[in-house]
Amino acid sequence: MSWSDRRWRLAMAGATVLAWGLVVGTAFAQVPNTLQQRIAACTSCHGKHGQGGHNGFNPRLAGKPALYLYHQLLDFRAGRRHYPMMQHMVRDMPDAYLREIANYFAAQVPVWPAPPPSVMPAAFLRRGQELVEHGDQARKVPACTACHGKRLMGLDLAIPPLLGLPKDYISNQLGAWRGGTRHAMAPDCMATVAARLTPQEVAALAAWLSSQPMPADVKPAPAGSLKLPLKCGDMPQ
Amino acid sequence: MNTILRWRHVGGMLVGVLATSLGLSWMVLLGTPQTVDKPADAASQSAQVARGAYLARAGDCASCHTLAGGQPLAGGRPIPTPYGTIYTPNITPDMTTGIGTWSAEDFWRAMHDGIDAHGHYLYPAFPFTSFTRLTRQDVDAIYAWLRTVKPVHATRLPNTLSFPYSWRSLMGIWRMLYFDAGTYRPDPTKSAAWNRGAYLVKGLGHCADCHSPRNWLGATRDNSALAGAMIPQQDWYAPNLGTAQGNGLAGWSRQDIIDFLHTGRSTKGIAYGPMAEVVHASLQYLTTADVVAMATYLMQRPSRPTPIHYSRFVPPPVRRAREDHLNSWVVQGHVIYMKHCAACHGKNGEGQLDVYPPLAGNSSILAASPANAIRKVLLGGFAPATQTFPRPYSMPPFIEKLNDHEVALVVTYIRHAWRNRPATDPPLSTVADDTVAKYRSAFTR
Repeated sequence: MSWSDRRWRLAMAGATVLAWGLVVGTAFAQVPNTLQQRIAACTSCHGKHGQGGHNGFNPRLAGKPALYLYHQLLDFRAGRRHYPMMQHMVRDMPDAYLREIANYFAAQVPVWPAPPPSVMPAAFLRRGQELVEHGDQARKVPACTACHGKRLMGLDLAIPPLLGLPKDYISNQLGAWRGGTRHAMAPDCMATVAARLTPQEVAALAAWLSSQPMPADVKPAPAGSLKLPLKCGDMPQ
Repeated sequence: MNTILRWRHVGGMLVGVLATSLGLSWMVLLGTPQTVDKPADAASQSAQVARGAYLARAGDCASCHTLAGGQPLAGGRPIPTPYGTIYTPNITPDMTTGIGTWSAEDFWRAMHDGIDAHGHYLYPAFPFTSFTRLTRQDVDAIYAWLRTVKPVHATRLPNTLSFPYSWRSLMGIWRMLYFDAGTYRPDPTKSAAWNRGAYLVKGLGHCADCHSPRNWLGATRDNSALAGAMIPQQDWYAPNLGTAQGNGLAGWSRQDIIDFLHTGRSTKGIAYGPMAEVVHASLQYLTTADVVAMATYLMQRPSRPTPIHYSRFVPPPVRRAREDHLNSWVVQGHVIYMKHCAACHGKNGEGQLDVYPPLAGNSSILAASPANAIRKVLLGGFAPATQTFPRPYSMPPFIEKLNDHEVALVVTYIRHAWRNRPATDPPLSTVADDTVAKYRSAFTR
């Protein structure tokens, strides 16, 4: 084999590799192979970074505990939570992919808009604050802070924050629990608590929670740092 | 009024056909083979169970017989029909609420004859009209596998069928009119793959139950087999599975069909709606040989013309449009398309590989019914998750971003752009705003 023959072969091999690379490269370059590209259906309503919408329907997902988000996806798939669009989205999705999506949104750094000032009367808001911070011992309503943390930013791994959410979203969710269209994994502790609240109390605490500024430390309370007053199926045993 | 007239009609027919049909159906019943295929040893028994598990997957038993979030095969999934809701029964081997007391013979009778262990007629929501084509050997294998499933105690919810459909014995008349029991008979002039494909498509896969139009009593007919139909109460259009111009598989290669069935993705289209569920729960698990067989049969079977007017299962109307009127819709639709759709589906509707399907020449878009195109724009969603593609790409829902008229404009546009011509008569037609509103209302709560 002569030197030029070898050089010829090398050139041919190089050209082939180059051509192959070009074909494959353009094939994949067209559609980015990223999770963000894959989940356009999620981000079109919840935002590229899970920042959510200012309404009662597509809440912020960014920075919420990963296990909480994963459980919500499982709940929609199993029919424990009812929202036709979400049920349509997750109907046939495998666990691993749902977990990956939950992890993506949990890892996003939330952007906090200043909360809208509440137009409700001060006494109404005080009642909300009272319930959030102390509950109502006589009617066995625990304080929100007992499970969702003193800063109300949730508890790792599965209890969500209550701040940074629109008023309508909070009252919709508590209403759904009271009405039996939202369930969590058994034992469903939130169903128990929501059933003990009156519609007025739901409105009051939603109004107060949605008007609060974010604390300096926005991270959920560390796992195991709170002793929960009720047994919750969502918390890992 | 209409219903009364119809039932009088049935009554008249009954008198006419009663004598002969009764005789004939007795002959059919007596003619069924009675031998039970019992494997002798443990090894062949476990092979039978494994085969039964595979066949049950191919028949997608679990999809209907499992409630979302419920125990597998314990039933309870509501099946909406124009006559009321049927709740699927528990088919786990539970002795009181399942089919634990059923013999292989009982199970065969349900699958082959559509009659349950108590001698009651089954409703054709259970596709015994397709399963009757299964061999005794295959039905026994499915039975053997079902015996190994974990028994679940789950009482069946009562059906909410309206009168007279709630009267099960009337199924006797229906059966005389529309049901012939009979195992699939291979066509010796066709290849083994063609015959296997026909067995899977017409029998176990029960494709006809969605893809064949149903008459006013919910029966499918051989002369319009797989000719495309609105799926009752679901508002999805199951396309005509013919390969002729304007049919659902027009322009598809055998490989496209194989890819679509096996992975939910192809360069011609991506499975969505109820078909995504079928791919996800059933077809992705078939052997390559079986999927190739189905594609072989679908490519070679005779195409049937798409029925446009078919009683209560008729697809939603489109509006005849004068050409200048249509042109103005297309111009407005184009603006919406460029803003929201072109980034993924391409400026010329060319799509991107098998990730974002082409819209130019896409048989879903060209179908007589605009239902799927409208609902896909409203709902978006993920391609089916399969072993091949466990992390599917998705399309955003536009239900909150576009109003009814905008959706009607953009769907009208994609049905006429790039030399697309929908298989409507006449082809120049616009989508009605209130059709969009109807589909939207089911998803806004």
